[in-house]
Amino acid sequence: MTMPFYVAPEQLMKDRADFARKGIARGRALTALSISDGIVICAENRSNTLRKVSEIYDRIAFAGVGRYNEFDQLRIAGVRHADLKGYTYSREDVDARSLANQYAQVLGQTFTHEMKPMEVEILVAEVASDPGGDQMFHVLYDGTVNDESGYTVLGGEADSIAERLGQTYDGNWGVGEAVTAAAAALAGEERALEADDLEVAILVREIGRRAFQRIEGDELAELMAGGTSD
Amino acid sequence: MTLPLFEAGGDPGPNFAALLRSTGLVPPEPDVPATEMAIAHATTVVAIRCQQGVVMAGDRRATSGHLISHRTIEKVFPADRHSGVAIAGAAGPAMEMVRLFQLQLEHYEKVEGKGLSLDGKANQLGMMVRNNLPAAMQGFAVVPLFAGYDTTRGVGRLFQYDVTGGRYEEREYAVGGSGSLHAGTVIKLGYRSDADADEMIDLAVSALFRTAEEDSATGGPDLVRGIYPVVAVIGADGFERVADADVETRFRDLLASLEDQGGDS
Repeated sequence: MTMPFYVAPEQLMKDRADFARKGIARGRALTALSISDGIVICAENRSNTLRKVSEIYDRIAFAGVGRYNEFDQLRIAGVRHADLKGYTYSREDVDARSLANQYAQVLGQTFTHEMKPMEVEILVAEVASDPGGDQMFHVLYDGTVNDESGYTVLGGEADSIAERLGQTYDGNWGVGEAVTAAAAALAGEERALEADDLEVAILVREIGRRAFQRIEGDELAELMAGGTSD
Repeated sequence: MTLPLFEAGGDPGPNFAALLRSTGLVPPEPDVPATEMAIAHATTVVAIRCQQGVVMAGDRRATSGHLISHRTIEKVFPADRHSGVAIAGAAGPAMEMVRLFQLQLEHYEKVEGKGLSLDGKANQLGMMVRNNLPAAMQGFAVVPLFAGYDTTRGVGRLFQYDVTGGRYEEREYAVGGSGSLHAGTVIKLGYRSDADADEMIDLAVSALFRTAEEDSATGGPDLVRGIYPVVAVIGADGFERVADADVETRFRDLLASLEDQGGDS
């Protein structure tokens, strides 16, 4: 009879975490900033069709880094959760916090129980009527939830990007300034990111029901060239 | 409420109705004939094509048999940014159908990352009306009008349905509900293919006014309570409801012109 090798739980968890982290670090990062006009989400993404940033509900957006198929599955589950909840109760009852907790449950469960943890980090952002009320939940591969304020960075090299962004971040930025600063922080010193390399969306603070808007193509290029305009 | 995750084979895709079924949230079919209960019925709605797109309008009355059950219900709704839906028939199922239809379009757009085509939306609504057929046979018929601005072709388009879900695209105008005969006649006489939205709003207002005179289930303008039909224009800029004050002015102008004629009609 063969005995399975004993692996200490600490070692098991560490191996899984290392595996997930490695997978996430291979992808490109994204950042979200809360400014007076809303929440700007800026991702390094060369694809125009495989999105990292998407709309979940009226005032809630989703962003994911890591393995595309895994976070896209979570995104769709989030849209379904929100639409079902809004249909069953009311649109006002759909909130980012409960969705972030649901994501944390699924990610935590997968991390401890499945063969392979999910190699993703996700962001659930909800824009409020004033900047103080903005919510940004950063959910890690193991189900850890961080409630961020001001700005947050997801993905590989998140620490160095967050440090660069932290040196300049100002909540009173216009959209143009925020996108330019986010692009510079994501790029680092050695390279520069053009409009084509970015996927940008904003949860607009002052708008009707659906706050999510993408900023793409010429509009994005102009915004980045202008820098200060919005 | 837990996160709805599905195995690859059982995934409902971008279909919200299928998602509802898979989560068991679909209400049971009514098995009592409507004639045994007094349920509210929504009445006259119209949609007219114009240069900018489509004008939609509906009166505000709901009736249960010979009684007026609501003075202020609304029958014209935005379906999404560039389309609108107007309903006639059993008010409860109709409101639910509109709510589901709106959600269906939004859900598809969010899941797929791209909205349905106008034809796709019209077919979706047709399917929902078709699914309502068993209820319609019990007396809970819902007959909507669907109109939208086709962003790929750059024109306004409108669709009429029957209780079986039959979808009929109309080129000029469409009417629905108890007063459709009178409203249709007024619009038929006043319609011009080159008219702009402003003229067609006046025509819709006049059609509803004339219909309210002839059909007891259609509500006219209520100058005392300040209740006016819902009028909306769907064009390149999307669905825009005409302000109540504007509709009121149009009604007052219409009344003034009728008074000048000595009240004969």
